Amino acid sequence: MTQSTLTYTGFYSESPRPGILGWLLSTDHKRIGIMYLCCITTMFIVGACLGIAIRLELIAPGPTIMGPQTYNATFTVHGIIMIFMFIIPSVPAAFGNLVLPIQIGARDVSFPKVNLISWYCYVIGAVLALFSIFSGSGAPDTGWTFYVPFSTHTNTNVSLAAFAAFMLGFSSILTGINFVTTIHRLRAKGMTWGRLPMFVWTLYATAWIQVLATPMLGITLVLVILERTFGAGLFDAARGGDPIMFQHLFWIYSHPAVYIMILPGMGVISEVIPVFARKPLFGYWAMAFSSLAIAFAGSLVWAHHMYASGMSDFAILVFSFLTFIVAIPSAIKVFNWVSTLYKGSIELAPPMLYALSFIFNFSIGGLGGLALGAAASDIHLTDTTFVVGHFHYTMFGGLGFAFFAALHYWLPKFTGRMYNHKIAVIAWALLFVGFNVTYMAMQAVGIQGMPRRYYDYLPEFFPLNLVATIGSWVLAIGLIMMFVNLWQGMRKGKIIGKNPWGAATLEWTVPSPPPMDNFGPEDPVVTRGPYEFKGVVADEY
Amino acid sequence: MSIEHRDDTGARFGMWLFLYTEVILFSGLFILYAVSLAKFPVQFAEASHKLNIYFGTVNTLVLLTSSLTIALAITAIQRNQIKRTLLLSAITIALAIVFLINKYFEWSAEIGHGIYPGSEHLAEMGPGVTTFFNLYYFTAGLHGLHVLIGGTLIGVVSVLVAKGKVTAERYTLLENSALYWHLVDLVWIFLFPLYYLIL
Repeated sequence: MTQSTLTYTGFYSESPRPGILGWLLSTDHKRIGIMYLCCITTMFIVGACLGIAIRLELIAPGPTIMGPQTYNATFTVHGIIMIFMFIIPSVPAAFGNLVLPIQIGARDVSFPKVNLISWYCYVIGAVLALFSIFSGSGAPDTGWTFYVPFSTHTNTNVSLAAFAAFMLGFSSILTGINFVTTIHRLRAKGMTWGRLPMFVWTLYATAWIQVLATPMLGITLVLVILERTFGAGLFDAARGGDPIMFQHLFWIYSHPAVYIMILPGMGVISEVIPVFARKPLFGYWAMAFSSLAIAFAGSLVWAHHMYASGMSDFAILVFSFLTFIVAIPSAIKVFNWVSTLYKGSIELAPPMLYALSFIFNFSIGGLGGLALGAAASDIHLTDTTFVVGHFHYTMFGGLGFAFFAALHYWLPKFTGRMYNHKIAVIAWALLFVGFNVTYMAMQAVGIQGMPRRYYDYLPEFFPLNLVATIGSWVLAIGLIMMFVNLWQGMRKGKIIGKNPWGAATLEWTVPSPPPMDNFGPEDPVVTRGPYEFKGVVADEY
Repeated sequence: MSIEHRDDTGARFGMWLFLYTEVILFSGLFILYAVSLAKFPVQFAEASHKLNIYFGTVNTLVLLTSSLTIALAITAIQRNQIKRTLLLSAITIALAIVFLINKYFEWSAEIGHGIYPGSEHLAEMGPGVTTFFNLYYFTAGLHGLHVLIGGTLIGVVSVLVAKGKVTAERYTLLENSALYWHLVDLVWIFLFPLYYLIL
């Protein structure tokens, strides 16, 4: 590691402070991005191991590898880690930090120190969350949603886990404030709103949701902690409270949060597809405004998580209608990606394969979302593994695959080295097959009526659960192969030039890895759009 | 980073975004207040009369005055009157402390009467009154925490003013702290009538 790190140039070798402090105290957006990337990848691996453990437990009816209480804790911690520590910060905090300032021609974000504070908030939150598993009276067992009344009564370590999520939310807010300000204030000369890469547009929409929605989660979690501390009864129906109000407050954040999760992924896909189709992105403004439309409409649909909670029929009708509206901008995006491919000169490089499978997975997940958004079918499907399958199709098949696409697309830029393409393609194929087998089986068994979060199940659900578990092994092998390949590529891969993919956005005009101040002494002046490929030639490697 | 970057408008813009997040943080509690008020209008009125309006009124006056002094402090630093800036900031901090002391006595009296979240006396008074006081303690408590943070913030910036790091040419930090302080004030302006006056 040390030996190969020394050979890295650019921002790895230029630092005002030597050694590890040069990273821990650095306010440089690229170094913070790399630190985020390391933490997020670590948390992803931890979360994935827990996920595989859950699948292994469900391989057959009856107890297999763990007891029921451990099972409850495992799916709770899997959820908390994957949602708050992987999905939400994955693309915005890691790749947003790495790429966003360079893409708009800036030398850093607007508030570099706040950026570093936000990373520390993330680390504190992650450490507390991990600590909550092993300390106190047992790992939290509420599920990641912290639903009352269970969360205010269980003896497990819920308060610490909730506080960890609060810190992670604070980190997310600070990143959001930073990005909105950066995009407004630090665009280079000539970088008009119409020339922003689509990744920047989606991060912009995401950052607004982070700023406007996350505080609601903050106050909800604080109230859960206060309830547990004082036993006040704010969510206890017997003492004048209302447990449904918890669900409302929680989902006012947590539904917009799924758009915090997916929008940046859509941005990555919108960058990758034009580059490997050698065609400008189809419908630039439709893509830009559909991002904002998703952010806006997505903030008005939270109660579709609560059809079965006993809310009024009129509210169900309204929220069901609004939910269907979100499908429109999402569909605009899918159609525009496909239209971009039309008559393109398509190169099936690894990032492109991940991007194409994103469209496939996300379409399945999105259409499944409509089955859940319609109140009639939701009553049948709610709290079954269909919901879990749907969620993983959009989050793992969507954002997860977008994150892998981003890794394969941008990691060479920030390490200056290329991974092995053949292994990358094999890993992708395993991931794609394993993913679809696992979660399609989960959706199917959910339609048959298998409830989610159950430790045991009826014998008739056995075959499909077995299929799902076997699929999770294929998925795991694919993940290991992909990470090993990327790691090997970072250490020993071929050295690449500025622009290995022949992309037209600004980050490909600077050396790989970029120097500390991103651009030379002169500030960049932008004279063309992000997808004008005329005259852009890919470097050989 | 060799190139120093400075963007006062950007800094103010970022602060306003942060203030939005604070507003939404409190709005969760205001939503709960609205829903509970609709459910228990009579009990809320009954509970509201148990609060001591004099404490609330004094605290409102204290906070409004402190908003004035911090606003004057900004005008002072714009005119490069450093001593006056420091004096006005000190008055603001002193008023913040007065607010918290006042709050302490108010809460002590109420807790002395057995009114606090989770108390048995409160439970005997019924669900509506319980909800009112739960919300009162949580909202006012969160607001009190913000008073504490805001006061500390102004204290830190005052030290920077004294050291000459915040000057007439470069006072965004003081301005942003003042914005935060105005927000703390603003939250109280909503809190006070909702809990003490209108019911």
